[in-house]
Amino acid sequence: MQKFLTRYRYSIILLKQLVKTDFKIRYQGSALGYIWTLLRPLLLFVILYIVFGVFLKAKGNIPHYPVYLLLGIVLWNYFAEVTSGSVAAIVGKGDLLRKINFPKYVIILAGSFSAFINLLINFVVIAIFMIIGHVGLTWQALIMLPLIAELYVFSLALAFFLSALYVRFRDVSYIWEVIMQAAFYATPILYPLSLIPHRYAKFLILNPMAQIIQDARHVLVTTKTETIYQVYGGDRLIWLIPLGISLLVVILASSYFRSRSRYFAEEI
Amino acid sequence: MEDEIVIRVENVSKDFILPHDKVTTVKGLFTGISKVGQKKIKEKQHALKDISFEIKKGEFFGIVGRNGSGKSTLLKILAGIYQPTRGKLYTQGKLVPFIELGVGFNLELTGRENVYLNGAMLGFSEKEIDKMYDDIVSFAELKRFMGQKLKNYSSGMQVRLAFSMAIRANADILLIDEVLAVGDEDFQRKCFDYFRKLKKDKKTVIFVSHDMNSVREYCDRAAFIEDSKLVTIGPANEVAKQYSRMFIDETTNNTSKTSETRWGNGMMMYTSVMAQPEVLSDQSHIEIYTTSKAKQNLDEIMLGFVIKDSAGQNILGTNSQLERQKFIDIKKGDEITVKWTVPNIFSDGNYQIDPAIVLFDGQVCDWWEDAATFTVAKEDHAPYIVAPKINLIKLDK
Repeated sequence: MQKFLTRYRYSIILLKQLVKTDFKIRYQGSALGYIWTLLRPLLLFVILYIVFGVFLKAKGNIPHYPVYLLLGIVLWNYFAEVTSGSVAAIVGKGDLLRKINFPKYVIILAGSFSAFINLLINFVVIAIFMIIGHVGLTWQALIMLPLIAELYVFSLALAFFLSALYVRFRDVSYIWEVIMQAAFYATPILYPLSLIPHRYAKFLILNPMAQIIQDARHVLVTTKTETIYQVYGGDRLIWLIPLGISLLVVILASSYFRSRSRYFAEEI
Repeated sequence: MEDEIVIRVENVSKDFILPHDKVTTVKGLFTGISKVGQKKIKEKQHALKDISFEIKKGEFFGIVGRNGSGKSTLLKILAGIYQPTRGKLYTQGKLVPFIELGVGFNLELTGRENVYLNGAMLGFSEKEIDKMYDDIVSFAELKRFMGQKLKNYSSGMQVRLAFSMAIRANADILLIDEVLAVGDEDFQRKCFDYFRKLKKDKKTVIFVSHDMNSVREYCDRAAFIEDSKLVTIGPANEVAKQYSRMFIDETTNNTSKTSETRWGNGMMMYTSVMAQPEVLSDQSHIEIYTTSKAKQNLDEIMLGFVIKDSAGQNILGTNSQLERQKFIDIKKGDEITVKWTVPNIFSDGNYQIDPAIVLFDGQVCDWWEDAATFTVAKEDHAPYIVAPKINLIKLDK
C-alpha cells in the first residue's frame, strides 16, 4: 500500500484537485447549484414516467414501476455522463497537455469520479423513493456492489477509448451521440424486457448496460425483473458473455489509451 | 559527483506531420484509402534534427535560438511532453514537468483555490500547500486578493502568483523558459534574484532564452539551435557571441528598410545620416555624420538625435543646444553637415539613430526614425545597458 501511494502520489494529488475543481466549476453561476445533480434525472424521470408509464402503459405487470424506472434512468445517466463527458475530455485539456507532463489517465479518472459522486447522490433519491413506495430491502441488495463495480469499470474503459480516439478523429463525438441515442432505446430502461419478442430480447440483454440495469432492478426493486439469467432459461454461465464483453472493452481500451497517450500533446 | 551527467540527449530528432495533412475525420480516413493509386502528400516538418548534448549536475545550461528554431520543441521533449521521433533521452533525477508558469490556472476559481490546483500540478499535496501557503501569498504580494476569482486579477497579478508557485517546485532539474522574465521591472528583479539563488544552490537549470545578456550572466554553458539543428555548444559567453553576430546581422538588414518612419513640417530636412564605422568593436568613438538641407529661410534651428537599442530603449541623445552650438540665419537651399563624435559606451547589439531638426518654438521640421543603424560587437561583454571603458587603477592602501 505504501509503495502504491509513493508510486502514484502525483496522480492521486492531481486527481483529488481535478475532481474538486470540476465540482466547483460545474454549477458555478447556476442558482440551484448542486441540486441540479438530483433535479436533472428526477425531471427526466417525471417526463419519461408520464409518457411511458401513464400514457403508453409500458410498465406492464412490473410492481414499483416508478422506482424501477428511476433506477434504470440513474444508472443509464451515469453511463452517459462518463462516456459522453469524456469524449472531448482529453482534447479539452489540450492547453494543459502541451505545457506539463502528467499522467493523462488522471483526466478521465477525474471525470469518472465526479460522475460517480453524482451517482451516489442519486442513490439517496432512489432510497427515498424506495421508502415511499414500500420497497423492501433484502440481502440480495448487496449484489449491487459488484454490479456498480462492473458499471464503473465498463463506463471508464469506454471513456478511455472514446477520449483517445477523439484526439485523432473528431467525428467520434457525433457518432457516439447517435450510438447513445440508439442504445438508450435498445436497453430496456423504459419498457419491460417482456415487451420485446424473445429472440430480440436474447440479443439485447447481452449488452453489459442492459445486464447491469436489469440485474440491479432484480436485486433492489423487484424479482419480477427479467434478467439475463431468466431470458436464457436459468443458465448461470450466460453472465460470462456481458462480463466478457466488458473485459474485452477494458483490455482493448486501456491498451489503446496507453499507446496513444504519449502522443496526445502533439496530436491535439 | 560534480561531473555526474543528469541529462543526456542522444541524436534526438522530432518530426511533425503538418496539420493540413492530418486525417481528423473518419471520412478522410476512408477517402484516403480509396485514393490508393494517388501519391499521398505527407509533408513532414523537421522540428529538430539529430541533436545531442549532455548536461552535468549543477550546471546552468542555456538553450538559445530564435523563434521557430526548434528550441521550444527541444524543451518540450526534455520535459517529457513530446516524444522524440528518433533518438534517445536519458534523465536522472526529478525533472520539473512544466515549461510555463501558472499551468492549470482556472480563471473561474479564486486565487486561493488556484494555489491548491497549481500546487497539485507541481506535485504538492494539500497539506504541503497549507504549510507554504502564507509564504506563497506574501511573496506574490496578493494577500488581499486571494479570495477573489482569478479572472478579476490583472495579468501582472496572475504572473506574480504563478511565479510565486513555480519557485516552490521541488525538483532536481528545472526548466525555465524565457516567459519567466516578463512583467514589470520589480517582478523581473525578483525573477533574476531567483535565478541567482538557483545558481548559488547549484541546481541543474535549463534556461531557454534569446536574451543574450541573461544567458551570459547566468549560464555556464549553452547550446545554440538554429533551423532545427544544433549549431554550437560551449561556454555561454562564446555561444552568446556567435548568436549575437548572427542575429544582429539579420536585424541590420531588416530595420534599415522596413520600420522607417519620418514626420515633420519639412521646412528643413536631413538628406543623409551615416554612422562611421557601421560595425564597432573596441574603437573608442563612433562618428555620426548628418547632412540637412533647408527648404526655406529659417531664423534658428536645433539639430539633434537619439540612439536607441534594438528593444527601442533610448540609450543616449543630444542636440546642438546642449552641445552649445548655434545654427542661425539659414537661407533656403543651405546645406548643413555636422559630425558628431560619440564615445563608444555601447554594449553588444544593434542600434538605431533617430535624428531630428526642431525649430525654437518646438515645431518639428524633420524627425526621422531609424535613419541609420550601427552594430556593436565587443570582445568582452558586460551584460548591462551600456558598457563604457572603465579604467581600473590599483592604489596602495
